[in-house]
Amino acid sequence: MIQAKRQITLNESLGADIYRLSIQAPEIAATAQAGQFIMVKTGVGFDPLLRRPFSIHQTEGDEIQILFKRLGKGTTLLSKLAAGQQLDILGPLGNAFTLQEGPCCLIGGGMGVAPLLFLAQTMRSRGITPHILLGARNKAELMAFLPAFQALDGSLRYATDDGSMGQRGFIIEALPALLAEDNKAKWQVYSCGPYPMMRAVAAICQHKWPCQVSMETMMACGISACLGCTITARNTNRKGGKYLHVCQDGPVFAAEQIEWKS
Amino acid sequence: MNDNNQDLRVDIGGGLKLNNPVMTASGTFGYGREFESFTELDSLGAIVVKGISLRPRPGNPPPRIVETACGMLNAIGLENVGLEAFIKDKLPYLKGHKCPLIVNILGDSIEEYRHLAAGLDQEEGISAIELNISCPNVKKGGVAFGSQPDLARELTTTVRQATSLPLIVKLSPNVSDIGAMARAAETGGANAVSLINTLIGMAIDIRLKKPVLANITGGLSGPAIKPVALRMVWQAADAVHIPVIGIGGISTWQDAMEFIMAGASAIQVGTANFFNPAAVDEIQAGIRRYMRENNINQLHTLIGAARGGK
Repeated sequence: MIQAKRQITLNESLGADIYRLSIQAPEIAATAQAGQFIMVKTGVGFDPLLRRPFSIHQTEGDEIQILFKRLGKGTTLLSKLAAGQQLDILGPLGNAFTLQEGPCCLIGGGMGVAPLLFLAQTMRSRGITPHILLGARNKAELMAFLPAFQALDGSLRYATDDGSMGQRGFIIEALPALLAEDNKAKWQVYSCGPYPMMRAVAAICQHKWPCQVSMETMMACGISACLGCTITARNTNRKGGKYLHVCQDGPVFAAEQIEWKS
Repeated sequence: MNDNNQDLRVDIGGGLKLNNPVMTASGTFGYGREFESFTELDSLGAIVVKGISLRPRPGNPPPRIVETACGMLNAIGLENVGLEAFIKDKLPYLKGHKCPLIVNILGDSIEEYRHLAAGLDQEEGISAIELNISCPNVKKGGVAFGSQPDLARELTTTVRQATSLPLIVKLSPNVSDIGAMARAAETGGANAVSLINTLIGMAIDIRLKKPVLANITGGLSGPAIKPVALRMVWQAADAVHIPVIGIGGISTWQDAMEFIMAGASAIQVGTANFFNPAAVDEIQAGIRRYMRENNINQLHTLIGAARGGK
């Protein structure tokens, strides 16, 4: 784990306010696993104050890459940085997806697709061909991240909320049909995306297929010090509470660890 | 002139001398180990660990934190492992380091604080106890102790009798007369006061039309509160004869020097640890550099330097 200023090698606008940003970070690239994240100081000074967590989208050689959408103050600052500039980063942090035997399904929506590319690449390098389901709001958003997934071998399905590309509606609607294609198989399902999507994935998989989800919360430190990145657990912990900490216990959880809120 | 010529030692009362004035604030540095990759734990002035209660506490439901302009609100709710697990699982690691260890304690009743102090008094490797009478995020007890001088004095007196360790009382800024609270701690037998804890605040999600934090209110910390903290440290230093430890938004060495010149004998770094895990080392290095450049050999000569002899 390092905290250091490292050089940006690429900050590319992909359309729909989505960017991919690569950083020269050999110490992180060498050890990072799919599902892990980094904390990024998006600006100098005290506003924004806190670092922002980003899943690692992929690694290549000495570089790591994140995928982000320009939404608030932090990501706006990030979008303005150029190759050659320095970025203060901290990582790699958190746990990783666990690869298991059986056919694999990766289902992601919006910026939640970020760690799934790294996961799919990891699977491919081990001879596993995942089934990938991706959801986006519209064609522009989908086209921002789809090409990276298309570069992988494997089955790929996608949907947009407005039907401007692929199936119309939420990608979750395609999941039961995919899993039913091989109903006897021990599917391994991996998901990252909006909370309602992961909740629906967890419900479909419950008692049938193991499901891993990557969770996102507000986070101050990323290193287990602030205890702010709490989510509600199904079981009571040894402190007598039903809480999990995303940076310490996650960000990847078994879906059944989580008490899903309606 | 090399670094060895700078004497950063400070006295924070009760016989406790620190090699340098830079401490970590409770609740922002875990139990030390979380920061071992980023800081030189051995060279810290002192580590103040996450507040310990008699029994484990699960803390508040999420969301617990939200960022604000130059600051953050938190309502962690004093989540901690409890006294027994602290002694068994956390203390051995901390004892293996050279820097003094200060244990922050909190309770719902005077009796609970007394038990905690007595329990810690028996352990080796603890340099002082910091009494948290000021956390704004728990329903019972804490706030009353922190806002009523009579209760604060009574609590301090009781804990004073339960331990021979140096005793620091951490004060809340959410009071009308900080001097009265500092005096209450001093009268009760505290060796030092530390201040400020967080200022109570809130944030509302205008999309959901409800408070962001599940607890509704939370404690504001970070650079946003520094001027308020500095003013209160100045006032507390006016009110008491025991050492004052400055806390509140300290993020740079310049911030630290302001507190020292206002009358603080030492400082604690809090929220800065979250966004800059190397903050404590950088602040210490900055103070050394400032002293070298200004030909100051002994840091303690700068304590209260801005007060003009007052």
